[in-house]
Amino acid sequence: MDNSTNLKDHNTLFQEERYVKQAENKQQFEMPCSSEEIEKMEAYLKTDDYKAVNFNREAAAINPNKACQPLGAVLAGLGFEGTLPYVHGSQGCVAYFRSHFARHFKEPVPAVSSSMTEDGAVFGGMRNLIEGLENCQALYKPKMIAISTTCMAEVIGDDLGAFIENAKKEKVVASDFPLPYANTPSFVGSHNEGYDNMMRAILSHLSEKDNGLSYKEPSEAINIILGYDTYTGNFAEIKHILNTMNVAYTILGDHSENLNSPATGQYKYFYGGTKLVAVQQSPSAKGTILLQKYSTRKTAKYIEEKWEQPVVTTCPPIGIKATDQFVEQISDLTGVEVPQSLIAERGQVVDAYTDSQAYLHGKRVALSGDPDLLLGLISFCLEVGMEPVHIVCTNGNKNFQVEAEELLQSSPYGAESTVYVGKDLWHLRSLLLTEPVDFAIGNTNMKYATKDAGIPLVRIGFPIFDRHHMHRYPIIGYQGALNVLTTVVNTILQALDEHAPDYSFDAVR
Amino acid sequence: MRQIAFYGKGGIGKSTTSQNTLAQLATKMGQKIMIVGCDPKADSTRLILNQKSQNTVLEEAAKIGTVEDLDLEDVLAKGFGSIECVESGGPEPGVGCAGRGIITSINFLEEEGAYDGKDFISYDVLGDVVCGGFAMPIRENKAKEIYIVVSGEMMAMYAANNIARGILKYSSNEDGVRLGGLICNSRNTDREAELISELARRLNTQMIHFVPRNNIVQHAELRRMTVAQYDPEHAQAKEYEMLAQKILDNDKLTVPTPIEMDELEDLLLEYGVIEDDTEKIKKLNMEEATK
Repeated sequence: MDNSTNLKDHNTLFQEERYVKQAENKQQFEMPCSSEEIEKMEAYLKTDDYKAVNFNREAAAINPNKACQPLGAVLAGLGFEGTLPYVHGSQGCVAYFRSHFARHFKEPVPAVSSSMTEDGAVFGGMRNLIEGLENCQALYKPKMIAISTTCMAEVIGDDLGAFIENAKKEKVVASDFPLPYANTPSFVGSHNEGYDNMMRAILSHLSEKDNGLSYKEPSEAINIILGYDTYTGNFAEIKHILNTMNVAYTILGDHSENLNSPATGQYKYFYGGTKLVAVQQSPSAKGTILLQKYSTRKTAKYIEEKWEQPVVTTCPPIGIKATDQFVEQISDLTGVEVPQSLIAERGQVVDAYTDSQAYLHGKRVALSGDPDLLLGLISFCLEVGMEPVHIVCTNGNKNFQVEAEELLQSSPYGAESTVYVGKDLWHLRSLLLTEPVDFAIGNTNMKYATKDAGIPLVRIGFPIFDRHHMHRYPIIGYQGALNVLTTVVNTILQALDEHAPDYSFDAVR
Repeated sequence: MRQIAFYGKGGIGKSTTSQNTLAQLATKMGQKIMIVGCDPKADSTRLILNQKSQNTVLEEAAKIGTVEDLDLEDVLAKGFGSIECVESGGPEPGVGCAGRGIITSINFLEEEGAYDGKDFISYDVLGDVVCGGFAMPIRENKAKEIYIVVSGEMMAMYAANNIARGILKYSSNEDGVRLGGLICNSRNTDREAELISELARRLNTQMIHFVPRNNIVQHAELRRMTVAQYDPEHAQAKEYEMLAQKILDNDKLTVPTPIEMDELEDLLLEYGVIEDDTEKIKKLNMEEATK
C-alpha cells in the first residue's frame, strides 16, 4: 500500500529532471526549428491571411469531425435484442469501432469481423464471411447478426446478398436466422449514413415477409427512433416522457442497455435492445417519430413508403422549445393530452433558465458536431440568448446548411452566425483565433483548438473520451435541457472565476 | 420491368449490337428503355444520343465532389426512340477502380428512382467479368438475363466461356441470373454460325441470333446513329428487329454450363479456328526455310 502514495501521474512524472533532460538531449537529433521560427509560425497561424489560405485548402482534411459508416452500422446493430454486429472486411477496422465506443462509453462492445486479408482482397471475401458466420454463432450464440462492410469489401465489390444466400445454402446458418445486411462504404458519407443503412436493413429484414409485411394487426403504439444517439441518458429521458404521458411505444434501436451494462461480476455479450418480435409488429403502429433526420433519411423514407404510416422527423429535442414540439408531436399522433406533471417539469426548467439568464445572454459560441446534434444545439443556444457564431459541420450537406441557416435567421441571436459544411477542426481553429468566441460546444476532438484559443469547451456530442459519464445524463427532453443548461452555465461561471481579479472573485454567482 | 445485360469481349461490337437492337425494341415494339453504360470508355449510348459522349455519373460526381449531391437530370439524356441513357464512366486506364465506379453509379440510379416506369433496363458491360464491380449488374435484383455477344474468333469465344462461368456463380438462386443466349456478331469466319451454335449447345444455351456483317452498320456508326435511325428500311435493320423480337419473346433462360479449356480448344481445332501446335510449328519452320 505504501507504493500508492508515491505513484506519479503523467503530468508530474515527465516534469522530473531526468525526463526533462532526456527530452533536451533528444532534440539534437531532431533538427528542431528555432524557437523564433516556431513563434513566428504560431503568430502567422493566428492571422486572417492564414485563415484565407486555410479555407482555400483542397487537398487535405485536418481533423475532420466525423467517423466512418460501419461505426454507425455497429451502433445500429447494438440497438436490437441479442444482436451481434458483424463487419465484413478487415480486422483493424473493427478493432477501431470497438475501441472508439469503449473509450466513449467505458463499456465493452461486442462486434466481430470476417478478418479479410490479402487473399480475401484478391479472391473475394465469401469464405471469410461464411466461416465467420459459423464461428460467431458457435461462440456468441446471437439471435441476430447485423452485417455491414468495410471499405476493402466495398472496393472489391463483394456481393453480400449472394454470400449470405450461399451461407444459408451451405447450412452454416439456419434459413430463418435473421441476417440483415447493409453496404457501408466509408468513402461515402459518415457514421450517420452507416447507421441509417443498417437501421433500414434491420427494419426491412425483420418486418417483411415475401415482399409484404409479416404482421398486420393494428396497434395503438407509436415507434420512436433516436438515430445516431450516443447518450444512454437520452433513452431514459424519452422513456420517462412517454411513460409520463402514458403512451404505448416501441423504441426501434435501443442500444442504451448494451452500452450501460451493470458490473455484477458476470459479463454477458448482450443486454437489452429492441425485441426482434417488436420490430415485426412495428409496421402496424400509429406512426413513427424520428428524433434525428440526417442520420435516418433512408430509414424514414422506408417507413413512410413500406409501412405506410405517418412519419415525423425532427431534430433532437434539445432545449425547451424543441421538447415542447416533440411532446406536441406525440400528443398529435396519439391523441393523448400532455399531463400536468410534465407541464410542471417544464416550468421548473423555465425557472432554471431564468436563474442563469444573466450569465448566458449574448455569449458567443462556436459549435461543431453531427448535423442533427447541431440543429438541436443551435435551437438551445437561441432560446437562452446565446449567439452561435461559428458552426462547423464536417458531415453536413447543402440541405443541412439551408436548414441551419433558416433556424439561425429566425432569431436575432443568430444574425452573426455562419454555417460551414464540409469543413474540419483545423478550419474551426482559424475561426476561433481570428473571430474569437467565449466558448465552444462539441466533442473531445475540439479540445486542441479550444485550448489554443484559450476558451473553455463544453463537451456535448460524440466522441467524448476525456470526461466520464456524460453520456449517462440526457441532453434531450426537459431533463436534458436542464442538464445542458447546468453544464453550460457552470463552465461559464468557472471561466468567470478563473479570470476574476480578487475583488471580483465573488462567493455568489 | 426486365433488366438485361450485354457482355462480351472488348471490341466485339457489344455496344453497337445492343444499341441497334434496343433501338428496334423501342421504335418497333414500343418498349420504354433505359441504357446503363458500364464501360469506363463511356461509348455505350453514342448511337442513341447521336453525340460523341455524354456526361458520365462519375465525371459529374467528381466535379461536384460527392455523388450524393448529384441530380438525375445532370446525367440522364433522352435519345432516339425516347431511350433514356446514362453512362457510368470511370477512371483513366491504370488508375483508380472502374469496378467500384459501376457500383457507385448503379446505386445512385436506383436510389434516385431512375428505373421507375421502364420496360427494359439494359446494362452494357465492358469485356469480361473481371471483378466484383463488373459483376454488379448481375447481382440479386438486377439484370436477370445476360446476352453474350460473340463471334467465331478464338478470343471472343474464350471470353464468352469465361462470362458464362461468371454467370454460373450468380445463378444458383431460383430467381438468380440466367443466360439468355449468344448473339453472334459475324466476322465472316468459316462455318461461324455452326460453330457458335455448337458453343451455345455446350454452354446449355442458344444462339439467339446470327447478325450478318454489313457495312451499313459502320456507315450509320460513323454518323453516330443506329441503323434504325440511319436507314430504317435496310435489310440489316430487319436483322436487329428480329433479334429484338427474339429477346422480347425469349423464354429460354438457362443456367449456363461453362466448358473446360481443353474442351474449348478441341472445339476450336475441330472447326479449324486454331491449329494443332505441332502442325503450327511444322508450318512455321517450312515458311522460314523457304525464305
